[in-house]
Amino acid sequence: MKKELQVSAIKNGTVIDHIPPHLLFKVIKLLELEKIKTAITIGNNYTSNKLGVKAIIKIEEKYFEDNEINKIALIIPNVKLSIIKNYEVVDKKVIEVPDKVVGLVECMNPKCITNHEDIVTRFKVTDKKEIDLKCLYCEKITDYNNIEIRK
Amino acid sequence: MNNKSFVSINDYSKDEILELMNTASKFEENPNQNLLKDKVVASVFFEPSTRTRLSFETAINRLGGRVIGFTDASSSSVTKGESLKDTIKMLSNYADLIVMRHPLEGAARYASEISDVPVINAGDGANQHPTQTMLDLYSIYKTQGSLDDLNIFMVGDLKYGRTVHSLLMAMADFNPTFNFISPESLKMPRAYTSYLMERGIPYYEHLEFTDILERADVLYMTRVQKERFADVIEYEKVKNVYVLRNAMLEGTKSNLKVLHPLPRVNEIALDVDENEKAYYFEQALNGVYARQAIISKVMDL
Repeated sequence: MKKELQVSAIKNGTVIDHIPPHLLFKVIKLLELEKIKTAITIGNNYTSNKLGVKAIIKIEEKYFEDNEINKIALIIPNVKLSIIKNYEVVDKKVIEVPDKVVGLVECMNPKCITNHEDIVTRFKVTDKKEIDLKCLYCEKITDYNNIEIRK
Repeated sequence: MNNKSFVSINDYSKDEILELMNTASKFEENPNQNLLKDKVVASVFFEPSTRTRLSFETAINRLGGRVIGFTDASSSSVTKGESLKDTIKMLSNYADLIVMRHPLEGAARYASEISDVPVINAGDGANQHPTQTMLDLYSIYKTQGSLDDLNIFMVGDLKYGRTVHSLLMAMADFNPTFNFISPESLKMPRAYTSYLMERGIPYYEHLEFTDILERADVLYMTRVQKERFADVIEYEKVKNVYVLRNAMLEGTKSNLKVLHPLPRVNEIALDVDENEKAYYFEQALNGVYARQAIISKVMDL
């Protein structure tokens, strides 16, 4: 028997599944979904065997570039992505945490030079589990709870 | 990016540190060498630091170089709103080497990316002050004969003291033992103790240091600053606990040396100065030789 979908299927596009509900709005902001003109379905607080509750985002006619999608890995490590073509899942990707993060995140150190001059921030990911980012400039760690996306 | 720059103590390997120790001792034997003849060095201090600046400028002068620059940001174009990028671009057109002190963390790394000539970090905020570390290492090397297998006691403000952090990182390659003595609120941060733990380096933490000095090879004192305490009463309680007095050096090892990055306030009693184990003034002089060695390395002299 085919399982009934909690969110209706899309024909072509991308599905981001198993998003912890408290991170849903962060992901929406991060991926700048407000700029996308195609149909987007967003569901929240659905039951999930893995998470208890989860959020899901389905975007029609949208396939992300790696550098776009790498952003989410910082917020939700190992998030799952499905690529849909003609209602079929043609590819599943687990987005891994990158080794380096360039120009995306603010350094949390207010005395860091990157917060005072127009400089592209650069971080080395020193802990992929906890998500610790070490600033190449001031050498301070920006930890998961303090990750702010650059405007 | 200019790879010759010296921004962080972590930029140098164990072998490079040992090579610099060797060069520094050669400069100590013969400090006046004309290696920087016809070279111009920009010594730019965006915040004042008389001690570090004079040490650098002595090193440059002893190498026969000439110095341009400013001693604090108020006498530079920074007050007109010029960016660090533009200032460094301009300086790297004029000079063969830039020595820079800046209040913001990471400023030196950024400058090294912009500059066409090498940059030596003379302190970037609370981040790094690698030439201080190099002179500490040289002082240890010179007085102990080696950097290996030493028992290093660090006393005072271990939380905010960047000199102790950099020294710890640099010594980690030389099989040390550490003893940390500080008030609870100024303990060595966990980032550093877990680094030691990962590398299997033994360390011990103490709240007082009256009876434990007999095993020390190096006693590194730092200032416990009043402004680091949220509570004045807390400061009053601990301020005299971390003071070294001459009597405490009785029964310590003959090779023990007392180091301090200076300026000292009251954490080393004046009666220690006469003890032959007091080394902090020579330590400051070693800074000139250590900086000569660093300049000659980054300039490929």
